[in-house]
Amino acid sequence: MQATIVEAVNDALHTEMAADDDVVVFGEDVAESGGVFRATDELLEEFGADRVVDTPLSEIAIVGAATGLAMYGKRPVAEIQFSGFLPPAFDQLVTNASRIRWRTRGELTAPMVVRMPYGAGVRALEHHSESMEGAYAHIPGLKVVAPSTPHDTKGLLLASIRDPDPVLFMEPKRIYRSFREDVPEGDYEVPLGEAAVRREGEDVTVVSWGSMMPATLEAVEELDADAEVVDLRTISPLDTETVVESVKKTGRAVVVHEGPRSNGVGGDVVARINDEALMYLEAPVERVTGFDTPVPLLSMEDYYFPHPPRILDAIENALAV
Amino acid sequence: MTENAPTDHPANAAVSAGDPRFLTQDDLTVDTHQVVGPDGSYDADDVPDLDAEQFRDLYRWMLTDRVFSRRMVSIQRRGELGTFGSTRGQEASIIGSAYTLQPEDWLYVGRAWTPMFMRGVPMEDMILFWRGIEEGQQSFAEHNSQIAISIGSHLPLVAGLAWGMDLSGDDAVATAYLGDGATSTGAAHEAINFAGALGVPALFYCQNNQYAISLAADEQTGANTLAQKALAYGMDAIRVDGQDVLAVYEAVSEARERVREGEPVFVESVTYRLDAHTTSDDPTRYRSDEEVDAWEQHDPLERYREFLKSEGLWEDVDHDAIVDEIEAEFDAALEAANEFAEREIVEIFAHVYEEMPPELQRQYEEFVDLLDRRPEMCDFIEQRPKG
Repeated sequence: MQATIVEAVNDALHTEMAADDDVVVFGEDVAESGGVFRATDELLEEFGADRVVDTPLSEIAIVGAATGLAMYGKRPVAEIQFSGFLPPAFDQLVTNASRIRWRTRGELTAPMVVRMPYGAGVRALEHHSESMEGAYAHIPGLKVVAPSTPHDTKGLLLASIRDPDPVLFMEPKRIYRSFREDVPEGDYEVPLGEAAVRREGEDVTVVSWGSMMPATLEAVEELDADAEVVDLRTISPLDTETVVESVKKTGRAVVVHEGPRSNGVGGDVVARINDEALMYLEAPVERVTGFDTPVPLLSMEDYYFPHPPRILDAIENALAV
Repeated sequence: MTENAPTDHPANAAVSAGDPRFLTQDDLTVDTHQVVGPDGSYDADDVPDLDAEQFRDLYRWMLTDRVFSRRMVSIQRRGELGTFGSTRGQEASIIGSAYTLQPEDWLYVGRAWTPMFMRGVPMEDMILFWRGIEEGQQSFAEHNSQIAISIGSHLPLVAGLAWGMDLSGDDAVATAYLGDGATSTGAAHEAINFAGALGVPALFYCQNNQYAISLAADEQTGANTLAQKALAYGMDAIRVDGQDVLAVYEAVSEARERVREGEPVFVESVTYRLDAHTTSDDPTRYRSDEEVDAWEQHDPLERYREFLKSEGLWEDVDHDAIVDEIEAEFDAALEAANEFAEREIVEIFAHVYEEMPPELQRQYEEFVDLLDRRPEMCDFIEQRPKG
């Protein structure tokens, strides 16, 4: 079937709820109204009010209760309505979900998913536009996934729900409905921890993920050189090997992400390239990122996240040395 | 007046249904304070002590609230705003409460915009806010006010503001408006308990408008009322009919006086959000037309008009002329907002810190340089100073 990213989320939820009675979907406005982006549309009708639950407005309890449900053997898929509302629940991710396996030597685990739309560019209010994957990827024991295509969205979400560890599933809402592609019916997985090479090339490696992939792919089409584009898909654990092998081939690299530059995931990608492929580098690795500022309110948010000319400029810098 | 009658001992079988060893919610009787009934009737002894001009003033502000929401929804539909949350149906709840506040008070609101105008914020700046222009918030701050977007996040902050007032010995109160949904956040529980424990001049004004986006208030909590939640934190509470502007005014006035004395108060105002959560929301997905129609019959302006007529004050109110004046004020505000100067790139980078760190300065300069070298960036950036 042809599906957008948000339709692929919905399809994955329908697929896994039908396959596994232990899957429970909950969050604010997910049941009766089907989610503010309609990601959970028709789940209530199909699977009933015991398994599709509108919760009180309580991010701490949503994430904390997901952890408890998972420890008890359920497969919770919690929704945080916008990424800007996750911070109150940061404590539950850090203190409980991410370390219950470690602190009980594997006796208790938290196989759970927290889904949330992230990123700027949908003309929403303040606190509706953040890309804080760097902060969440800094939590040991938590997996962080950010798909960029409908096909990967469904396969990664199915793999995330079945994963034995907690997964923060960051959905790129700016491109929720920006394109359709063929998404297989029924069951399939895209494995966590594996990057995808979106475009093969010899001259420069461009690494990105999630909301920035379309702009990145658009930028390299304008390039007078042959770029290889790596979509990380999983931010943590990060597929170092795919990145490093590509850089060893091309000798040049650019990392593109939407969140703030300082202490962002891009810095870690650069460090891994330095660790494993420093002697292959022909030029310093470039970073194209959001600024070290809050995301501007909607009148200027379009300046904040990288656009193709900005990405292209950085790639040309990497090639110029 | 509301009578909160908590059992002081669980063995008080007179008020405790069932097993007397257990405290139950039914131990508590929470009335809803009302001055003017739905049919317009009232007891003259219950009417708050306001003069004729103040009574008319309340009506004018309620009309301002209604007209502002209508005009904002209208310009949003024309693409001139990002989104907007209408307050229609909540005018008595919003105006009756805000009318009690003094300029030295601080005000952190959820769904309540006209209180800003009552404090002197130009209407133009509220339009700028909904167009995603930070200077709107700057204007609110100049009037000791802010809008909280992340639900419940402002409540601990208001406890801190109140604490500051207490430490400084200032005669003022810190007021938080919140919704039914916000009472479920962890921040609400911590803030209300904190303010109650410290005894600081914080006023928590909860507009229970029956919905947190799609979730009905009776699904938000197992508690019979929101007002009773305050008691567990050692704070007095009052529940009031939010469609009755005089009841709201009287309850919040009295609450404010108690708060000034260092006794924080929680007010639950029972009201109804007649319009969508925001212009992005479709309420037909989660509530019936019949329910909305029933609440339309509890129009707070209509009820207050009946009161003004009974008092002989209505004949001095030229409703149509007031509407025309508010419309003209909105037109002028919209024109001024439309002429707000195009913003500079530095606005993105300014005010993150008092002094811009070198790395941020570098990011700013690189970006300005890029925009200069790559004019095609304009094809991707749709600057939207007008929302």
